Amino acid sequence: MRVHAAVYARGLRRHSTYRAALVAGALTNAVFGAINAMVLLAVFAARPEINGYDASDAVTQVFVGQALIAVTMIVNTAPSLDLAERVRGGEVATDLLRPVSLLGWWMAEDLGRATFTFLFRGVPTFCVGLLLFDVVLPGSPVQVVAVLLSAVLATVIGFALRYLCSLSGFWLLDSRGLWTASGLVAPVAAGMLLPLALFPPALADVLRYLPWASMVQIPAEILLGKDSLPGGGAFGGLALQAGWAVALLVFAAWLTGRATRRVVIQGG
Amino acid sequence: MKMLTGILTPTSGSVRVVGRDPSRQRTRLARDIGVVFGQRTTLWWDLPLRDSLSLTRHLYRVPADVHAERLAELTELLELEPFLDTPVRQLSLGQRMRGDLTAALLHAPPLLVLDEPTIGLDVVSKSTIREFLLRINRERGTTILITTHDLGDVERLCDRVIVIDKGRLAFDGGLPELRATVPTPRVLVVDLAAPAPAIEVEGAVTVRVDGPRQWLELADNPARVISRVTAGHEVADLTLREPDIEGVVSALYRGAAPNESRV
Repeated sequence: MRVHAAVYARGLRRHSTYRAALVAGALTNAVFGAINAMVLLAVFAARPEINGYDASDAVTQVFVGQALIAVTMIVNTAPSLDLAERVRGGEVATDLLRPVSLLGWWMAEDLGRATFTFLFRGVPTFCVGLLLFDVVLPGSPVQVVAVLLSAVLATVIGFALRYLCSLSGFWLLDSRGLWTASGLVAPVAAGMLLPLALFPPALADVLRYLPWASMVQIPAEILLGKDSLPGGGAFGGLALQAGWAVALLVFAAWLTGRATRRVVIQGG
Repeated sequence: MKMLTGILTPTSGSVRVVGRDPSRQRTRLARDIGVVFGQRTTLWWDLPLRDSLSLTRHLYRVPADVHAERLAELTELLELEPFLDTPVRQLSLGQRMRGDLTAALLHAPPLLVLDEPTIGLDVVSKSTIREFLLRINRERGTTILITTHDLGDVERLCDRVIVIDKGRLAFDGGLPELRATVPTPRVLVVDLAAPAPAIEVEGAVTVRVDGPRQWLELADNPARVISRVTAGHEVADLTLREPDIEGVVSALYRGAAPNESRV
């Protein structure tokens, strides 16, 4: 555990070295969020309520999505975990020489990165939303805790999916195709592009239970206190997220074992 | 190398390294060995070298005081002080290699595995690293397993040499035995007082003439040949050249088509 704490701290510090990228990123998220919010406001001007969502719910979800975009990294169509490039280039060999598990090492590093990004890119982006639009804030301390916990679980799920994409490189040799596909599907399925409430209800109900929804739609619904959550409340939403986080990590651990037994190290 | 460190699972046969099966006990074995791949780095690209080195303390569970002591010693031996606080991405290749060596040795492993540690390095860095390796081998008793294409590494460092040709063992033994396997003759270089026709003496064949200088391949005791040469010619200077290891190894591979060769 000590080593993972140390790796986490280094992941955090490592990303703090790119300050200009951070400011540029936050600005991009805020601008995109504003455009997205204005489009949705136009939609809701025509119809004040769609499947239980009103204009304020929709813009809130937009800024939840924009605040978590760089934390979960689900819209990236290029590999967003260094591990992917290390598998492709063969540097993963040096990762395998450490006396710790590959999964634990990379998760600690990525959570360090995510923490830094959440604090210095996600939170400012959300504040821009608060200033410019009618964005909703959590109503009680319990809800604040629920939202933060939900964001943590979203981060873990985002990591697990990206880790799995990276591992696929052991079989595919180059995982970039999978990253592109996942970067196109994920924002739609997550409710990042549009809240799932705007989808046909039958489709929305299926998407809500897939892992991508746990990275935007479910956290947004927990913040908004929606009864469309599994089980009708925040607890059900968190349970769904936790279920996906555990399932994906267990699968990732199993796949790591398979990958390292049939490993092809590229580049000599 | 990758099988020895447990990264690759052998398709057949078995390996034991410091009493362990590498592919089954990879993470456990990692505690007992230090590994440096010359073309890859284990250091954190964006962070100062110091951060990567302090991480090894947690990674290998080394007590803080022991870690500090070893780091101080290695810092002195490898002259790391000037760039300990420089981000790894700004280090030169030679500096990075010294950093990687330090990272591999901070947990004092009994076995150090080096895969082409001097590849691409300048002459000064190469010799610093060779001197350092000799020293830890002598003083700490660390076993060093090294693969290299640089035969200078072999001549300077190795007690035991294994030559592998296309996956097959071509030689296993000491450096003198390696020299003896291939009968590359020693060469006597003779500088005569004045240009002369090729020297003809018993026990040697003149292979090259360039003005007053002549090259004689020896088939007999050099002392005898030298006395014969000096008896018949006025000699300004004499040098005896041992076959270099490069010639020996290339002779070993000759016949078979040259291929990926590891020493």
